[in-house]
Amino acid sequence: MSLGPHADFIIAAYAVPMFVIAALVAWVVLDYSAQRRILGDLEERGITRRSTRKS
Amino acid sequence: MPVIDLANPTRFLNFVNRVLPWLIAATLILFVVGFYRVMNSPDDYQQGATVKIMFLHVPAAWLGMFGWGLMSVAALGTLVWRHPLADVAGKAAAPIGAAFTLICLITGSLWGRPTWGTYWVWDARLTSMLVLLLLYLGVLALYWTAEEPGRGARAAAVLSLVGAVNLPIIKFSVDWWNTLHQPASVFRMGGSSIDPALLTPLLIMTLAFTLLFLTLHLAVMRNEILRRRVRSMRLLQAQKLAEASA
Repeated sequence: MSLGPHADFIIAAYAVPMFVIAALVAWVVLDYSAQRRILGDLEERGITRRSTRKS
Repeated sequence: MPVIDLANPTRFLNFVNRVLPWLIAATLILFVVGFYRVMNSPDDYQQGATVKIMFLHVPAAWLGMFGWGLMSVAALGTLVWRHPLADVAGKAAAPIGAAFTLICLITGSLWGRPTWGTYWVWDARLTSMLVLLLLYLGVLALYWTAEEPGRGARAAAVLSLVGAVNLPIIKFSVDWWNTLHQPASVFRMGGSSIDPALLTPLLIMTLAFTLLFLTLHLAVMRNEILRRRVRSMRLLQAQKLAEASA
């Protein structure tokens, strides 16, 4: 596959979205594990939500 | 499970946990097929190989607008029904829509330089797309800087509805004004003007990026629900500490 005389523009146009999407995915994954960790810490300290508390 | 059950955040989380692996798999498969078709697609008779930028630029433009449309519908849920999941959906769509709008502007600029001879021109299509990015940044600022999440959500919902005016301006800007940007060529009266050899990979890539958007949106919504649980549990913890010290 030849990209012709404007190969630099085509490669850059594919590299930028890959970088932006990779950053977005990384943020989502790291944020998920951070929220799970904080929730786990709070539950370990005996803090529970009103809806899950036994009456 | 009836759809109305998903309005409950706990049931919604269970639904997301079940659906997400399948969505990720379907997205990856579509991207593999899409990139294979892109690599084997012919060059354009005028633009040469730079037409390959279209397979990223067009889906990104569609999803930048789709994201704002989603936020506008969610805004109605926030303002009219005051449903917390509607606010979560709107807030989750904002960073993803902003990312795709940014991709659209950058790929468009990189496509413009070899085909138009310039990275940027202040024509109606490009400018209205830039306005969309600025609107996204405004909504994100409202969500991230509001001291009380409910107030931030209502302000962001109002801006989402007002900003929806920009969507038809983006879509029809190439018809209403003289622009350097080409007129509509995929969805237009009389059918697409793109050859099937280029149109098929474009549609596959558009579907792949749309699935990616939906996958990320559900994942960000899940994170946001967990973040709100953390917030309410911390408030309870603070309340307990205040009661104990009183």
